[in-house]
Amino acid sequence: MRVALFVTCVNDTLFPGTGKAVVTLLRRLGCEVEFPAGQTCCGQMHVNTGYRDEGVRLARQFLEVFSGYDAVVVPSGSCAAMVREQYPKLAAGMGATRAGAFASAHGGHSPFAEAVAEVTPKVYDLSEFLVDVLGTTDVGAYFPHRVTYHPTCHSLRGLRVGDRPTRLLQNVRGLELTPLPGADECCGFGGTFAVKNAAVSAAMCADKVGNIVATGAEVLCAADNSCLMHIGGTLSRLRTGVRVMHLAEILASTEAER
Amino acid sequence: MSGTFLGMPSFPKNAEKALQDSQLRYNLRKATHTIRAKRATVVEELPDWLELRAAGKAIKDETLRHLDRYLLQVEEAVTKAGGHVHWASDADEANEIVTGLVRATGQTEVVKVKSMVTQEIGLNEALAKEGITAYETDLAELIVQLGDDWPSHILVPAIHRNRSEIREIFLEHMAEWGRPAPDDLGDDPRMLADAARLHLRERFLSTKVGISGANFVIAETGTLVVLESEGNGRMCLTLPETLISVVGIEKLLPTWRDLEVFLQLLPRSSTGERMNPYTSMWTGATEGQDFHLVLLDNGRTKVLADEIGRQALRCIRCSACLNVCPVYERVGGHAYGSVYPGPIGAILTPQLRGMESPLDASLPYASSLCGACYDVCPVAIDIPEVLVHLRSKAPHGPAERLGLKAAGWVLDKPVRLERAQRLATRFRGLVPKRRLPGPGAAWTDTRDVPPVPEESFRDWWDRTEGGSR
Ligand code: SF4
Repeated sequence: MRVALFVTCVNDTLFPGTGKAVVTLLRRLGCEVEFPAGQTCCGQMHVNTGYRDEGVRLARQFLEVFSGYDAVVVPSGSCAAMVREQYPKLAAGMGATRAGAFASAHGGHSPFAEAVAEVTPKVYDLSEFLVDVLGTTDVGAYFPHRVTYHPTCHSLRGLRVGDRPTRLLQNVRGLELTPLPGADECCGFGGTFAVKNAAVSAAMCADKVGNIVATGAEVLCAADNSCLMHIGGTLSRLRTGVRVMHLAEILASTEAER
Repeated sequence: MSGTFLGMPSFPKNAEKALQDSQLRYNLRKATHTIRAKRATVVEELPDWLELRAAGKAIKDETLRHLDRYLLQVEEAVTKAGGHVHWASDADEANEIVTGLVRATGQTEVVKVKSMVTQEIGLNEALAKEGITAYETDLAELIVQLGDDWPSHILVPAIHRNRSEIREIFLEHMAEWGRPAPDDLGDDPRMLADAARLHLRERFLSTKVGISGANFVIAETGTLVVLESEGNGRMCLTLPETLISVVGIEKLLPTWRDLEVFLQLLPRSSTGERMNPYTSMWTGATEGQDFHLVLLDNGRTKVLADEIGRQALRCIRCSACLNVCPVYERVGGHAYGSVYPGPIGAILTPQLRGMESPLDASLPYASSLCGACYDVCPVAIDIPEVLVHLRSKAPHGPAERLGLKAAGWVLDKPVRLERAQRLATRFRGLVPKRRLPGPGAAWTDTRDVPPVPEESFRDWWDRTEGGSR
């Protein structure tokens, strides 16, 4: 199986440890991982901020770079959701343009739509890949800490990963998982929302942080570093002492390493 | 739409102000969480909820696709049943028609059933200009009217008020509008409801013109349907000698049978009840009552022309999306500067009004795109999809445009990204943790910045051949 890692531009630049953890974890589970060097960004920030053309350009690049793999693993729920949920909508939206209408009137789909249909079903969020493709919920990890899990909106309502991440965490030796009250509520990150509507974003995060602290957890875990950067930035500003960690990093931890 | 909200600042500015009102935040949090939980319970108990939702969506889509045909069918059926049908292309036209109809009766007072569309067109203000007083009879609308306030929620217009505030409003203002509140009024809900009942009863018995909207209009029979909780609406619909109903053209349903789906979807989504206490239906004129139907466009055909935006016309105004929205929950309805607040307002107002004003242009951004609204919407309006679509049509500021274009340029080629990353790592020591300059300050006001790593993932992979060296 040819497995490609789409590390995402945010992880690539700011959180390389998450990418390394995915590589470690997948190799431990017997996968060959490739890192296609032509990758940059899925285009989510551009599309969601209203710069559709730039976003589509990045989407085309993504589809080109990741065509031909059996699976593309993404350690970010929202980037995976962008590709799987929003690319098809972008393709459908193009049907409304003249070029798209021409293509569909002549019996064919646009090359973009074809690439979307080929590549996007093979794109998996990390927990989906582990549970659905590799068929495991016990990845042999060891992490002796009290952890609470924030499911992040795009994993929860976009990809619908359900309880896959918590099942994985429950099988980590030494880990005590404490439920997070109001877990399904948005943390207030929302990409450029965090700066365009900074006050509302901060108010949402304040409530999220209150719930996190109430669990008594040492570590807040999520499958998206963007949300973690926002929540973690607030946790740190408020000197709560709670650390944030990406799911991949917890799952990559073993006794041997310690 | 009406001019009430003209000149309001952008959403972020309104929101910032609202966030400082801790009473408001407390009231909203309590109310939205209560309705949210009630809705979840009654939706979960239906095994076929998703099928109902799909059916609701399909029926509305079919109606919108052939709206021209169904509208003519309504006109014919209502006329046949002795009613009069009027067509209004915008708010001014609708207000003129209604004002003319009321004047023709010689009356100077009207009672109103709770209606969103008459607020959208600013009917009460238009009537007032002609010396006609409109009395709101829905309890929450009454509170808003007495308090000289704006509604802040579709279903619970006074959601931003708690009962002690309501008591004060009653004591202070009821006398200006009719029967005063009793001097010993407490803030117990029952006492408040009693005071409102006595106040309104007098109004119902003496007023000769009623004005309503409608939740649904059935094309095949020309029947109008109003769902409510209090029974006050039914009083307004049945007692007056003249009834005028103003209805947006998207409120149609093709057949009587289609109603079955919506009578399940609406109450469960809006009040979290299995069934609403009062459902009134009428067809044309009835004995002792003239009936006028005003069919209103006011921007709706423009919305219908937009392939992605048009799904907003499926909305049945249940307000489930408001009750689950984390943004609405914290800032309330007034910040949206429209009679349609919350997620539905954020996609409907900019489409109906356009995006010329700073407020309207900021509405599509009044969301973190968390998707909770789409999940609960009983007619499956993909609100995040429409928000993103509107964002691509909204005007962008020069600084933001420059920033995103530059980011787009960097991300276009892996080598550009690599260079940018190396630049960032070289100067990583200079990135402040607690105070970023320029627009970054909006981030660091409440959040620390993560440290820039010594090496990007890309460079690590190249250097170590994916960790194998
Ligand atoms: S958009 Fe959907 S959830 Fe919101 S008010 Fe309309 S029908 Fe209800």
